[in-house]
Amino acid sequence: MRVRPGADDGTPATRPAALTGGVVRRSAQVVWRGMAEHPRTYVAAVGLSAVFGAATVAVSQVLGRVTDQVVVPALAGDADARARIGLAGLALVVVAVVLALGVAGRRIFAGIGYADIGADHRRGVTRQYVRLPMSWHRAHPAGQLLANASSDVEAATGVFNPLPFALGVVVMIVVAAVSLFLVDGWLAVTALTVLPLAVAANVVFQRYMTPAATRAQQLRARVADVAHESFEAALLVKSLGTADREEARFAAEADALRAANVRVGQVRAVFDPVIDMLPNIGTLAVLLVGAHRAASGAVGAGDVVGAGFLLTLMAVPVRAFGWVLGELPRALVGYDRIARVLDARGDMAPGSRPLPRAPRGLHVALRDVTVTVPSAEGPVDLLAGVDLELAPGRTVALVGPTGAGKSTLVGLLARLRDPSRGAVLLDGVDLRELRPDDVAAQVAFVAQQTFVFEDTVRGNVTLADPDDPEAPDDDAVWAALRAARVDHVVRALPGGLDARLGERGANLSGGQRQRLAIARALVRRPRLLVLDDATSAVDPRVEQQILRGLRSARDAARTDADAGPTVLLVAYRMSSVLLADEVVHLAAGRVVDRGTHAELMARDPGYADLATAYLRESERRAADDEDEPADDEPAVEDAEGVVP
Amino acid sequence: MSAPQGVRLETTSTLGPLATLRRGLQVSPQLAQGFGVTLLLAIVAAGGRVVVPIAVQQTIDTGILAEGGPRVGRVVALVSFAALALVVAGACSAAVNVRLFRRSEAGLARLRVTAFRRVHDLSVLTQGTERRGSLVSRVTSDVDTISLFVQWGGIMLLVSVLQIAVATSLMLAYSWQLAVVVWLAFLPLVLVLRPAQRRVSAAYATVRARTGAMLGAISEAVVGAETIKAYGIGRRTERRIEAAIRSTRDAQVGAQVRVATVFSSGVLVANLVLAAVVVVGTLLGLDGGITAGRLLAFLFLVQLFTGPVQMATEILNELQNALAGWRRVLGVIDTEAEITDPPDGGVPSPRGPGRVELRGVDFAYPGGPPVLRDVDLVVPARARVAIVGATGSGKTTLARLVTRLVDPVRGQVLLDGVDLRRIRLADLRARVVVVPQEGFLFAGTIASNVAYGLRRARPAGTAGTAGPAVGPAEAADVATRAFAELDLADWLADLPDGVLTEVGERGERLSAGERQLVALARAHVAGADVLVLDEATSAVDPATEVRIARAQEQLTAGRTTITIAHRLSTAEAADLVVVVAEGRVVEVGPHGELLAAGGAYAAMYEAWLAQTR
Repeated sequence: MRVRPGADDGTPATRPAALTGGVVRRSAQVVWRGMAEHPRTYVAAVGLSAVFGAATVAVSQVLGRVTDQVVVPALAGDADARARIGLAGLALVVVAVVLALGVAGRRIFAGIGYADIGADHRRGVTRQYVRLPMSWHRAHPAGQLLANASSDVEAATGVFNPLPFALGVVVMIVVAAVSLFLVDGWLAVTALTVLPLAVAANVVFQRYMTPAATRAQQLRARVADVAHESFEAALLVKSLGTADREEARFAAEADALRAANVRVGQVRAVFDPVIDMLPNIGTLAVLLVGAHRAASGAVGAGDVVGAGFLLTLMAVPVRAFGWVLGELPRALVGYDRIARVLDARGDMAPGSRPLPRAPRGLHVALRDVTVTVPSAEGPVDLLAGVDLELAPGRTVALVGPTGAGKSTLVGLLARLRDPSRGAVLLDGVDLRELRPDDVAAQVAFVAQQTFVFEDTVRGNVTLADPDDPEAPDDDAVWAALRAARVDHVVRALPGGLDARLGERGANLSGGQRQRLAIARALVRRPRLLVLDDATSAVDPRVEQQILRGLRSARDAARTDADAGPTVLLVAYRMSSVLLADEVVHLAAGRVVDRGTHAELMARDPGYADLATAYLRESERRAADDEDEPADDEPAVEDAEGVVP
Repeated sequence: MSAPQGVRLETTSTLGPLATLRRGLQVSPQLAQGFGVTLLLAIVAAGGRVVVPIAVQQTIDTGILAEGGPRVGRVVALVSFAALALVVAGACSAAVNVRLFRRSEAGLARLRVTAFRRVHDLSVLTQGTERRGSLVSRVTSDVDTISLFVQWGGIMLLVSVLQIAVATSLMLAYSWQLAVVVWLAFLPLVLVLRPAQRRVSAAYATVRARTGAMLGAISEAVVGAETIKAYGIGRRTERRIEAAIRSTRDAQVGAQVRVATVFSSGVLVANLVLAAVVVVGTLLGLDGGITAGRLLAFLFLVQLFTGPVQMATEILNELQNALAGWRRVLGVIDTEAEITDPPDGGVPSPRGPGRVELRGVDFAYPGGPPVLRDVDLVVPARARVAIVGATGSGKTTLARLVTRLVDPVRGQVLLDGVDLRRIRLADLRARVVVVPQEGFLFAGTIASNVAYGLRRARPAGTAGTAGPAVGPAEAADVATRAFAELDLADWLADLPDGVLTEVGERGERLSAGERQLVALARAHVAGADVLVLDEATSAVDPATEVRIARAQEQLTAGRTTITIAHRLSTAEAADLVVVVAEGRVVEVGPHGELLAAGGAYAAMYEAWLAQTR
């Protein structure tokens, strides 16, 4: 396995993945780099392809000889020739076996090379996805990154499928040329003029075909997009009675695809017969010239047949050139897009200082923290000169209007980004100097948008491999699920902890997903728990139970009050804010005030306004049993819930 | 725990191959148009394939090996004639290509659109029981397999069958003994290839499945990047992806090994046949059974024969895939829509006050327990009614009955005194509109999403409620007016591009609350007599919350409104509160009265108060 440049954060790359130079040079580089990464595979693939090429020529050669030396004389009554018939058959069988083995070997090794190079690319880009910082992720849409790992990889590797074949054909053509010239110069020249014509026709064909096929492919994706969106809106469509309009919209896309497919057909209609015809025309030309040469006694009938037969044999192999040359532009585009990912650099170097585990919450300090991001109107400060200290074991609520910088601030604590100026200190050490593993083990961050992996419930809570000895045991998992008030949901799932959660947790409601994410945080016994509006879809009463549970568990399990985790929570519900020891009021990227709720209500008019608005909003919410299906009949409600 | 299900889609129709073809041609008659001419052209094209072998035979026998030395003049004449024949055959082949593509793509586009429409006509229950992806694949990849087959396999099949037929008859004409040798040699290959090809298909299915799993794993690294970073599980993620990449790679190699084996055994047999023809042919020739030219022509004919036979098994597989795809698409088209227009045209339901009544309604999802029992309820015209009740009590089902997304098992639902089943769906949808909890938005601008609700007079004689979509300028006007009428002009003013703001895929560039605002404006534009509102449960920021309440107030003014309420204020403000418990309506009355009565509603209210204060 090769070491990808830029694979390790902070390690300077020895060679960038990006290609330089003109199109021809870059095309050659793409092909060469791929083969050079797997030298043994490609030596075998190209070598066997050459064997195949030589054997193909040998078939026609042997056939020509057999015709002249055995068939024609034997039919003319030559007894010696008659005796050699078995030998002639044997020779043909030997060549046939070599040919078949060459074909099999070439295809197998070409397949291995293709699969390996594709795997290399995928490894390279996904390694980058895992290592590059969130700032990079935010700048690249998910769809694009997925395309980098799927369609771009396919585009970049497609050329490697026919490549060994085409390289073997070079050998075939050389062998054929030599053997033909040994028989007769005129015959050779006649037969060989067809080959460049066939190659040229194939290249032209691919040049027309590739854009036509690409367009059809894009439109196919477009049809799927429209269908997907429209079916997702099924209830809306039914409700507004807009099925006709949706049909018209879909029909327009389907018709564009139809036209594109017909265009593909037209290109093929023109080129297929031409490409089929060229070797045939070549054979006819060989017959013509061969008759002249035979008339002058220079060649025998067998020579003419052999040369003609060679052309029919070479019809398909010569097309391999067309495939390779036609695939190259696509490969170049795909490779360039992959190279942009491989060469991306993160601005987040990992630290190396350990963060010792202590039996108390983390001490958190922000020192003059400013976060600046570029925007269309110039740089904007999301946070400006924030100084903030959280004492170990305290529960602090962060309150502020939308856009105040709450999410930015809490994201800093999990090092999802670094401050532009100032520093974040955990137990007095700059977060940037700390080992990422230690930080991840002690800081648990729960975002509003929870992410559920396609894994079992257990895997989603522990985030560890099943055989990992460090992974929390099932008791710990159940305890965390209980603390997050989601244990009864898991118990109702077939398989319990072993139940597999669908794609993005499709079989859970929004509130259940959020609670699962809280369990995921709690099971690590974090020293700092950051909840970024992590209970928005959870029923208010359940939210209360969870937050109160956090406090009482802390108070009950430990003797001294500050043994529990430090908690920083962003919330929209006043009832949650009231559970905090302290409130920090953030507005426009600055800390306006901090203190208890009562203190801020008394002295901070902005906070008082905000709190009143939150209370009004709480009052709007009526009694509703749960945020999700009642557990006694989940299937019924789930099915109802499926419809948007 | 039986999940409620609608009529399941016919996963594959049970039709046999011929019946599938017949039914398919009914749906897409374009496929059969002009097939006779195409077939004639294909025969000529296939005939072109034997031009060269015949030319070789004639040239050798009557030209080069002619009595008294090579006859160049004859060769020139033969070759010129053959070249002409090749050109004619090539032109026919081009015409076959174009005709097949034109007709089949027209037919398949029709098939796609028909299936798409049918999915929308199916009941919400049927739609709900299918995974969205599988519905999408019915109108995409399933049709694509047919399309790919026609583009590649169909032409090949046509040409190959003809080519085998022509080659065989010519071989028989030259030497029936040799023809038998060739057929006998290929027979075992055909027998072996069939199962081998099936294993190849299985191997490719594995590749596809593993590639899907791999892309799923990779997508987690992209979509879940924040979680992966926050929990420091980068290495584990890499390990999981690495395992998926490796297993995909192994499956690819495995499939390639099988393909190589099948392909090379075809090559081997073809060349062994060549040897057999030479040996047997020569031995036959000794008895004067065959001339040298014929024997050599035979070698070319064998080449002509080999290609299609090797290809035939692959084509048969493609054909099976295409048939399977076709059956799946036809399965959708032939699934019955449960909610349909009255068969006799029904009775007109003109715009009106919008009085809704349920009479003795029972409802159960197919195969499930009763969800509603003996429900009687009158919603007076222009009244605002709030339905409250525990989750699972049947609130949602009640709303579905009123909008005729489902029909009652027993009893009647009436709009202005007419049973919903007697009203044309187009009329009903114009009068009754649902605003779902999660306001789904299409990719596009806010304006285009709001204008989506617009009903326009449709051209006479056409079906459906909603006319064509409006142009962008008109959409902007409509949307601006709607937001103004809903008291949301201030929100609009805050947006950088106003109504022309792009909402992104599924509206994800807006917050959940903002999406609800757009959905309310869309419902407003729809101008229905009866509104069914499903209030959202999740928390949104207070400023948006206030706007939603304000807009809802404006939207429901003067309209019959049935709200599945999650907000206390909604229940308080309603003219009537309907309390549903365990499938029955247990209380109906204004907020104040119910509170005073001290029943279920009062208890719910108390519980709620205790929890917030």
